[in-house]
Amino acid sequence: MDMSPSTIRPKLTARGVNVFYGDAQALNQVDLDIRAHEVTALIGPSGCGKSTFLRCLNRMNDLIEICRVDGDIRLDGEDIYDPAVNLVYLRARIGMVFQKPNPFPKPIYDNVAYGPKIHGLARSRAEMDEIVASSLERAGLWDEVKDRLDAPATGLSGGQQQRLCIARAIAVRPEVILMDEPCSSLDPIATARIEALMDELRQNFTIVIVTHSMQQAARVSQRTAFFHLGDLVEVGDTDTVFTQPVDPRTESYISGRIG
Amino acid sequence: MNDRAEHIHKAFDEELRQLDNRLAEMGGLVEAQLAGAVEALRRGNTELAEQIVARDKEIDALDIEIDLFSVRLVALRQPVAADLRTIFAAIRISSDLERIGDMAKNIARRTHAVSRFPPLATTASIASMARVVQTMIKQVLDAWTARDTEAATDIFARDAEVDQHYASLFRELLTYMMEDPRNIGPCTHLLFVAKNLERVGDHTTNIAEQIDYAVLGTRSAERETHDPTNTHIPAAEGQ
Repeated sequence: MDMSPSTIRPKLTARGVNVFYGDAQALNQVDLDIRAHEVTALIGPSGCGKSTFLRCLNRMNDLIEICRVDGDIRLDGEDIYDPAVNLVYLRARIGMVFQKPNPFPKPIYDNVAYGPKIHGLARSRAEMDEIVASSLERAGLWDEVKDRLDAPATGLSGGQQQRLCIARAIAVRPEVILMDEPCSSLDPIATARIEALMDELRQNFTIVIVTHSMQQAARVSQRTAFFHLGDLVEVGDTDTVFTQPVDPRTESYISGRIG
Repeated sequence: MNDRAEHIHKAFDEELRQLDNRLAEMGGLVEAQLAGAVEALRRGNTELAEQIVARDKEIDALDIEIDLFSVRLVALRQPVAADLRTIFAAIRISSDLERIGDMAKNIARRTHAVSRFPPLATTASIASMARVVQTMIKQVLDAWTARDTEAATDIFARDAEVDQHYASLFRELLTYMMEDPRNIGPCTHLLFVAKNLERVGDHTTNIAEQIDYAVLGTRSAERETHDPTNTHIPAAEGQ
């Protein structure tokens, strides 16, 4: 059962977030709380702003020159757009998994060890081995790759590559993991594995996922936020959003209606 | 149907229409069965009563058909929100209609037993109680077709009327039985008939609740099933 919002301190808060690509406004005054240890699903038609919003949460939009973000986004109460924020550190706290698995063209071991190495998380080879093993284990990949950690990551299947990317993301001990359609290039079995994994990972992390699959949002998330034309139309407990949505736009979208 | 926009998959709209059509067909059949059963009882027409009993199979078959069709829709269309609620409501309505069909069958079955006795004035009271119940069924089926939650609210008031009818029939039958023990046989049968009609009222009320559920997503708290005769039994014993 869900606890009332007042009893849960949000991990991330967004207030009055507007995003512009040049002159075009992609998000209008979005207010959204992301609760800790929950999976929050962002859904909506293409171009609704859900991915744009996701990318605001770890300042990925900074990489797009014409993109301007205003409003207030806080991680545990700290303004992540404060000029003093160290971006490398921020993105270690808020990791990301992308639509297409993008392992480095390196051995499996190195893919996972890369982040901890640059963040200086391991003092010895033994410690690094431990981080790599536990990350792969938590990503549900260890048993499949433990005998070939030196093999190139690109030789893994799509689903395995995506789990490797998740292992890579969690190796730097983030607090939040952002997932941008992480299963869209995977078959149903690989998708089911990632979905099951999300449910385990939320014990330790806070997860925000953008998905085009309503069934996926219904299966994996505790909260669902529906975006439409740059507006956050409705946010609520996933079971309520899928059985008794409040806004007619939400109802139309989730039940596959026109208009 | 409702006034919501069409689905992108037009075939799904068509399937939801089919579901409504099947329910309407079943509702029409149930109405006719109940009317026939009361008519048979009133006129002591055992031939008609037998037809009613035999036809109940058609209602049962429709109930199964609606059930299977709904399960298929859930599996293949993965409906959510109002669509999902509509399908679940349809399943429940179908099972309430099936029970009303059973009540009609039970009433018809008593025709033979009742017809062996000289007619009682109570039969006329049964007929007037039946009229209220039949109007309720018609109203609730229309309200479902129009997804009219206000009309559904009317049904609740009607059900209170049915309960009153039942209470007064109970007292009337009790009086006859006390007057002359030879009346106990037919009166007991008529009492069961009245109870069946009272149950029809309850099932109709359940259907009205499903209209609220399908349209608004709200489920009214389980209404207290108040048996109006309970309070009269001790008084009767005291006499």
